[in-house]
Amino acid sequence: MIIKRVVDGMDERLDASSFIKRNLRKVFPDHWSFMLGELALYSFVLLLLTGTFLAFFYVASPDTTTYTGPYLPMQGRSVSLAYESVLRITFEVRAGLVMRQTHHWAALLFTAAMIAHLVRVFFTGAFRKPREFSWAIGVGLLASGIGAGFTGYSLPDDLLSGTGLRIAYSAVQSIPFIGTWLAFLFFGGEFPGTELLPRLLVLHIFLIPAVLGTLIGVHLALVWHQTHTAFPGPGTTEDTVTGTPVWPKFALKATGLAFVTFGVLTLLGGIFQINPVWLYGPFVPYTASSPSQPDFYAGWLEGLLRLWPNWEFHVFGHTIGELFLPGVVIPGLIFAALWAWPFLEARVKHDRAIHHYTQRPREEPVRSGVGAAGIAFFLLLMLAGANDVVAKFLQIEVDTFNTVLKILIFVAPVVAGVITWWICHDLLAHDERPIAEPTRVRFTRNRDGGFDEEHEPPGTQRGPTEREPSAP
Amino acid sequence: MKRAERWVALLFVLATIAALALFVVYIRDGNAQAQGILLFVALGGIGAGLMIWSHELMPRIKDERHPRAKAEPATEAEMQDAVEVVEAGVDEMRRRRFLSRLLIGAAGALGLAALIPIRSLGRAPHDSLFSTKWTRGAKLVTVDGTPVTASTVEVDSFTTVFPEGYAGSADSQAVLIRVQPGSLQLPDDRLAGAPDGLVVYSKICTHAGCPLGLYLAATQELRCPCHQSTFNVLDGANPVYGPAPRPLPQLLIEIGGDDVLRAMGDFTGPVGPSFWDEP
Repeated sequence: MIIKRVVDGMDERLDASSFIKRNLRKVFPDHWSFMLGELALYSFVLLLLTGTFLAFFYVASPDTTTYTGPYLPMQGRSVSLAYESVLRITFEVRAGLVMRQTHHWAALLFTAAMIAHLVRVFFTGAFRKPREFSWAIGVGLLASGIGAGFTGYSLPDDLLSGTGLRIAYSAVQSIPFIGTWLAFLFFGGEFPGTELLPRLLVLHIFLIPAVLGTLIGVHLALVWHQTHTAFPGPGTTEDTVTGTPVWPKFALKATGLAFVTFGVLTLLGGIFQINPVWLYGPFVPYTASSPSQPDFYAGWLEGLLRLWPNWEFHVFGHTIGELFLPGVVIPGLIFAALWAWPFLEARVKHDRAIHHYTQRPREEPVRSGVGAAGIAFFLLLMLAGANDVVAKFLQIEVDTFNTVLKILIFVAPVVAGVITWWICHDLLAHDERPIAEPTRVRFTRNRDGGFDEEHEPPGTQRGPTEREPSAP
Repeated sequence: MKRAERWVALLFVLATIAALALFVVYIRDGNAQAQGILLFVALGGIGAGLMIWSHELMPRIKDERHPRAKAEPATEAEMQDAVEVVEAGVDEMRRRRFLSRLLIGAAGALGLAALIPIRSLGRAPHDSLFSTKWTRGAKLVTVDGTPVTASTVEVDSFTTVFPEGYAGSADSQAVLIRVQPGSLQLPDDRLAGAPDGLVVYSKICTHAGCPLGLYLAATQELRCPCHQSTFNVLDGANPVYGPAPRPLPQLLIEIGGDDVLRAMGDFTGPVGPSFWDEP
């Protein structure tokens, strides 16, 4: 048998058979919510594939040329080589448009799946000890993913992306002491600078993907080594997991999900227009389109800028710009809070125990309340980031809508948090509980071929029955 | 002090000196050969010092070849063993406190020298954020370079203008608006730079730097499409709504004998969003 010879050969050289046995029988729990992280992973794979194709054609140059390609509305206009190369990918390179749009859709799914995965892990307490590092790396992946998205949609050098870069430049410039220097160093000078596009390209196709790839590797290795959390149930205790083995069931399922993900994203890329830079036109520094909206994962940042009051501070003959708090400090604090959450929660609850169970959200009403408040906060910020579009849709004045949002941003998270907390308590109170703890009987084979019975009193065995929903 | 130890110390000191020299050479933009040699001495000094330290001053031990099969979680004793192995290594380094300190010094100097190439990324800001391309006598032109004449600007019109020769310039972009003469409420010196209701402001929003693309003629307000900062054109472009903290700087203009509009100088203040060095 060829397989036996390969395995034996590996074993002789690498001591591999125990490794293979242990890992191919590794169990993945079956709950549907565990696939969210997988979706992000498969989107990342597709991003690498489509991105490589795009990189063969993209030109990172701000030098201008006169457009002579087949897209009539742009003919004769002065455009940058970067913008021209994106039009070329769109209109002249075979399969170029579907690659570009698939890349953009995949970026949206990548970030969306990471956010959904983060929410799932948060509400089920899967970040608890010993998995705090996985959580921290996951938050780092989200931050890097947003960075990848922002650098990516800035590359086409179209009007919308130029506006986003101008705002980013202003936010960097607002940092006390070093802001002006930082902005000049990165952009190569005063906005729009001369060095920007090649540097964005290096960040977007080299540095950030390298960080993402490394973090994903460690994230997966940790999950593999530490195993998944799982909901308690038959066969699933703090010490055992029941579910799908890696080989062959999970391997087929996961590969299948990867292909379905690829299929859906290529379908979106083929038939649903996204980021039509040929309609936005090339970037010129003296024009901005209205409305101007970033991709959804940057919407909360845009919302922060739109809702923040016009506070500016003057200290010792210097100015702390208006953008510093909403554009730099608050996003930094939000990510710091995400990173710190597992450690904060453990400290507040004096919980140093190892946890391998996934919790139901109701079991931790306070955490679930905080999570709901956070979701309300982010949804409102995203609405604020699109306030002009939403106001137009609702046929009300933008200023009126802003006033409503400024009130809601304080009220809604509190209301959402309290309601969630209350629902969790209510669900807990009505939870079914075991009528009585069952006793267990242990049978042992004796020398005569018969069995000895041994009754274990309730509460001594480990397993799901031991578990009570934790008290609020 | 052992002979090997003296060698290691010498190498670390050399590395430190080379790293500091590199710092100086870099700032003075010295030649590549000097940079290469100093980098070699700094990196190689640390490297050779570490190798000699390890080879001459640290003990060797014997271990079994096969890794012990790992089936159960580590016992308390095993965890204690692991801690002791790490601590033993740290103690081994601590035994030569002098060398350790030299090493930290050399690594620090090298780190400093390694950070400096960041400076190559861009030019120094100097005063460039305080000035634009506008100078006294510069003609106002549209984006295609056509000079703007006073008699062709209609009331309530909105024109993007640049200094002649710099059409499309990012920091010099300005908006020319004509309002009913007499409706401007400006201090006298500013009013003198807005003849016949022709008033010019920087087009860069003082909030996040977006171009002010929207003119609401009914209320004589400029509005930014990005974050809805709104400025009152009549009273010196003070912010009336939204997150912008400062008014738009004004460009004082005059009508030349040939009817062409000309700037009387640069803007009345730095354009765009605030920054640290701004008073």
